[in-house]
Amino acid sequence: MDTFVLLTLTGLALGAMYFLIASGLSLIYGLMGVLNFAHGAFITVGTYATWWSESKLDAIGSDPLRFVVAAGIGLLCGAVLGALVEIVLIRPLYQRHIEQALVTVGLSLALIALVQGIWGPTERIYPTPKWMYETTSILGAQIPNDRFVEIAAAVVTLGALTAFLRYTRYGLIIRAGVENRAMVTALGIDVKKAFTLVFAIGGVAAALAGVLAGVYFGSVDPHQGTSLLIFAFIVTVIGGLGSITGSAVAAVAVGLIQQYANYYASSGTGDLAVVLLLALTLLVKPGGLAPKVAH
Amino acid sequence: MTEPAAPLLSVRDLHVYLGPSHVLQGISFDVPRGGVTALLGRNGVGKTTTIRSLMGLVRPRGSVVLDGAELNKLPTHKIVGRGVGYVPEDRDVFAGLTVKENLELAERNGSARYDLVYELFPELQERAEQKAGTLSGGQQQMVAIGRALLNENRILLVDEPTKGLAPLLVTEVARVLEHVSETETMLLVEQNLGVVRRIARDAIVLDAGRVTYAGSAEALLSDPDRVRGLLGVAGGGAH
Amino acid sequence: MRRALGIVVAVAVFGLLALVPKVSLDTHGVFSSELNSPGTLQLLGLMLVFGGVALTYDLLFGFTGLLSFGHALYFAVGVYLTAIGTTKWDWSLPKTLAFTALVGLVLPLVLGAVSLRVAGIAFAMVTLAFAEAGSILVDKNPHGWSGGEEGVAVAFQKLPESFVGVLNTKNLYWLALAYLVVVFVIVNWAVDSSPGRVWQAIRENERRVEVLGLQPFRFKLMAFVLSSFLATAGGVVYVLLIGGATPQVTTPSFTLALLLMVVIGGTGTRWGAVLGGVVYTFLDNRLLDWSDSQTIQDLPKALRIPLSEPLFVLGTLFILLVYFLPGGLAGLARLRPRRGGVALLDEVTTTPGATVEPEAERV
Repeated sequence: MDTFVLLTLTGLALGAMYFLIASGLSLIYGLMGVLNFAHGAFITVGTYATWWSESKLDAIGSDPLRFVVAAGIGLLCGAVLGALVEIVLIRPLYQRHIEQALVTVGLSLALIALVQGIWGPTERIYPTPKWMYETTSILGAQIPNDRFVEIAAAVVTLGALTAFLRYTRYGLIIRAGVENRAMVTALGIDVKKAFTLVFAIGGVAAALAGVLAGVYFGSVDPHQGTSLLIFAFIVTVIGGLGSITGSAVAAVAVGLIQQYANYYASSGTGDLAVVLLLALTLLVKPGGLAPKVAH
Repeated sequence: MTEPAAPLLSVRDLHVYLGPSHVLQGISFDVPRGGVTALLGRNGVGKTTTIRSLMGLVRPRGSVVLDGAELNKLPTHKIVGRGVGYVPEDRDVFAGLTVKENLELAERNGSARYDLVYELFPELQERAEQKAGTLSGGQQQMVAIGRALLNENRILLVDEPTKGLAPLLVTEVARVLEHVSETETMLLVEQNLGVVRRIARDAIVLDAGRVTYAGSAEALLSDPDRVRGLLGVAGGGAH
Repeated sequence: MRRALGIVVAVAVFGLLALVPKVSLDTHGVFSSELNSPGTLQLLGLMLVFGGVALTYDLLFGFTGLLSFGHALYFAVGVYLTAIGTTKWDWSLPKTLAFTALVGLVLPLVLGAVSLRVAGIAFAMVTLAFAEAGSILVDKNPHGWSGGEEGVAVAFQKLPESFVGVLNTKNLYWLALAYLVVVFVIVNWAVDSSPGRVWQAIRENERRVEVLGLQPFRFKLMAFVLSSFLATAGGVVYVLLIGGATPQVTTPSFTLALLLMVVIGGTGTRWGAVLGGVVYTFLDNRLLDWSDSQTIQDLPKALRIPLSEPLFVLGTLFILLVYFLPGGLAGLARLRPRRGGVALLDEVTTTPGATVEPEAERV
């Protein structure tokens, strides 16, 4: 029983990270039609920016506070990077979606290689605050505290995103744009700003996933982002491109299935199961679970 | 008939290619200030494409001048910002948004004319929190027209507003459009000649990507042979 | 007339390539040693193999408009089955090759039939899913067959003598060249044939093909199987060339590399992809060596670090290419005045059956 609880919470924690990445991917594709392969680079930048700034913030005495500030810097880098990518690389290509996607591929390769060049390909230890390594007892199982942090982060992000989409003007524009971008412009709205905003949001969420991945794995390496990205893509597609709720549901499903199957069946089966789930979902519902996109 | 006042909208030599197809082959026409100008023609002749090029949703070659300012080459949202209201052919309301949100989205500056919209379409106020995707065709049409009327426009581009509507609703829509046309200039694409006869002052006919008639609507519609020749219907066309 | 010229040029180029192992030429750092040294011949062989494999991908993507994220799977099948068959299963080479050929035909037939039920992004994702499954399977190392991270070395005892040993690298080079020639001929013949014209018609407008009474599914499946089978063959040559199978060839990054090759070279041209494969492989291998050179090492840190990472250079080059040369290297030669091979394929990502937006929206 306690193994089950541990598996469940671990699955939810992983799912949390997938969700954070998938939400950005989903919004970007839903609104702009761009498959942002550079998301992997956003994750990596978030992780490394946090790790690097943490080592420079000796002035701050308290460990947890230093970590939080470093994480804040990491998130800021994610947002700035996201916005820059959109303005400099994506926007000039107007609606040429394949070229935009290709450019993100190139960017991903270049950025990750750059990170590798600067800090080397080997893993670096992550400055996780000690209390996250300690465990709390839940239903007889010893759960490492970081799991709660990841789940909490995802829940907060989900709440914030949903509120943003429902109650703000830009949220309204994005929701409408995901359905029918042309009509939004036909109402006199300049969607360019919404595009940049959505990329910045994606950048922040991915960076947050990066920070949490460092905590979860205890270390960082340049390719961590890419390995998470594949499953995040799968989550995005299963959930339905353009749907935040879809991503959330799919993320939970994928995270749990992965953990259960990898443990109860055999190592690797979970990953296989997820992949098959993707194939199955698409064959039954090509638009994913919550198809809303008119692209 | 000579128009003493300068036209509100002047279209010159508009060419549009959709893929390899040369859909609009250099059309030119004027929309006079005030009242309704009907844009007529058989199915597939390029009426919607014309409207979409005025909106910048399709990029044409040629000149589109509204109140002295060139609109062509501007991005769509800037064209709309110059005071162009749009009611698209298939309504294109946002299904996932509520009625109220659909209207809110259309707000352009501080002065949204909710009073006018709710006066014309009281039902929209009642169904404010209803998701637009669950509305009937007629109700969606109200949303589509309502959001175009939310702002004061120089010109309203309306594309087949009565398409697929029951007779009672057609009359209703015609009544609303007539009321609106008292204060706003309208370019109206319509297949229903009854509606055209009721509210249009001028008419432009398209055929094979060119303008084949431009003049008084009444003069056109009172001549059944001409109507048949230009539009292929035996004059009248419904309610 | 142009066809005849094309054939003459192709024959001349292949002829020259065949002569390379006889030419002892100092390459002045372009390669690490002389032109016909085993090391250089092996790299050249790799370049030729990937030229061919890239062309198989172009058949799918550039000509038929099918964006697959899982092409690596079929290449990997060729690589791994050859290695596993001769070692873990202890089969003879001919038996292994026959089995590999069989799988190379049946697997894409089955997986293609399933994947092609959807189109656009969904299709790309399903192909990715299958390739990922393959990658995971290799990682899991069932029965110890795939060797997991370490991979599997080819059993040299099973190979004909002429392919074994450093001195015989030139034979492997000729094998690679033969592979490229065969793929080149087959692909060119195929796209000119009547199914080939249907493929290109499908890429342009699938609806219209349906309306004409042809069933796009059959033709798409044909293209899928042909391109995958040829990729499997490429995998066989590859594993012979480098002596063993490694899991790198099963990853999505590998398919991505193929995509890069095709775009660099120019999609939908008959030789653009080949050039792309050749150039990419060359840069990928040589950039690392060049970055160790004194000139790069002497540069200030801000320049040295990025330039020492081959993928950084490739990635940046790729971005610049997409911007300034969307037709790829073939676009430079402007053999075919097209709307930028990649731009034409934007329609691949629209939902199936949707009408194509004819002009770019002004946003």
